[in-house]
Amino acid sequence: MTVMESFTPIASTIGGVLIGIAAAGLLMFHGRIAGISGIAGGIFRQRQSGDTAWRVMFLVGLFAAGIAWSFFRPEDYAFGIERSTVALIIAGLAVGIGTQLGSGCTSGHGVCGIGRLSKRSTVATVTFMATAAITVFIVNEVLGGAV
Amino acid sequence: MKVKVGAFLGGAVFGIGLAIGGMTQPAKIVGFFDFFGSWDPSLAFVMLGALIVYTPVYRWAVRTWQHPIWAPTFTLPTRRDIDGRLVVGSAIFGVGWGLGGYCPGPAFTSVGAGSMEALTFGVSMLIGVGLYQLLMRVREGRAGGPADSQAAAMIDG
Repeated sequence: MTVMESFTPIASTIGGVLIGIAAAGLLMFHGRIAGISGIAGGIFRQRQSGDTAWRVMFLVGLFAAGIAWSFFRPEDYAFGIERSTVALIIAGLAVGIGTQLGSGCTSGHGVCGIGRLSKRSTVATVTFMATAAITVFIVNEVLGGAV
Repeated sequence: MKVKVGAFLGGAVFGIGLAIGGMTQPAKIVGFFDFFGSWDPSLAFVMLGALIVYTPVYRWAVRTWQHPIWAPTFTLPTRRDIDGRLVVGSAIFGVGWGLGGYCPGPAFTSVGAGSMEALTFGVSMLIGVGLYQLLMRVREGRAGGPADSQAAAMIDG
């Protein structure tokens, strides 16, 4: 095992701190968990009236950040791996269905859930990290890195 | 109005954090899980940075505040049991994350950045989210209303 040259501990920690500030802000001001899959899922299935606008605006903020930041640093959005359209569609469907069934993703379980010291979110995070690692192993070591 | 502007700013800061942290580069995500190739530990530092901020703020706010600044109550997950849906759903999510290199947040913000790969992935992801939630709505409709009145609080994230 070798550590790749692109390892970015300082930038990644700063990025993480910003994510933590945004998630803490949503909790302190609106009392909600900043899980992106949960925020998106709630748009499709409204639980209580007046609960949709903040979800849409949070996602619009994410989208706007991509527009603005890519203007300065387009290299931060480089794809960098070899995936066919079919692989991307299967991956997208798996992430969409999996996060709803498992009620959370990297942000909801991995950051907010672990931050709440939730046993459920810890189990979820260990599970999706494990299957992601197995998938990458199969793609890179068995299928030669391109699917 | 302030809630909408606040949510927009929250999403924007979150999205810039994802980009600076490297979460919007599928090669870095795959690199984190590539223990047998050239390992890139960056993702662990993103999670660490987020947890350093979020964990103490969560404890402080939820334990000592009467309510959030703009809302009457905190809406927090209430479930504590480990069930099959949690594990199977998370397992399916992990396969998609390792295969496509995007989790939901980076997918949304990378579409804004004009990535065609993110667009293909993101549209498929929203179809998956929408199909699942519509199916649940149909099932709840047949059962005569929401399966659980506390359903909103049962979503972990």
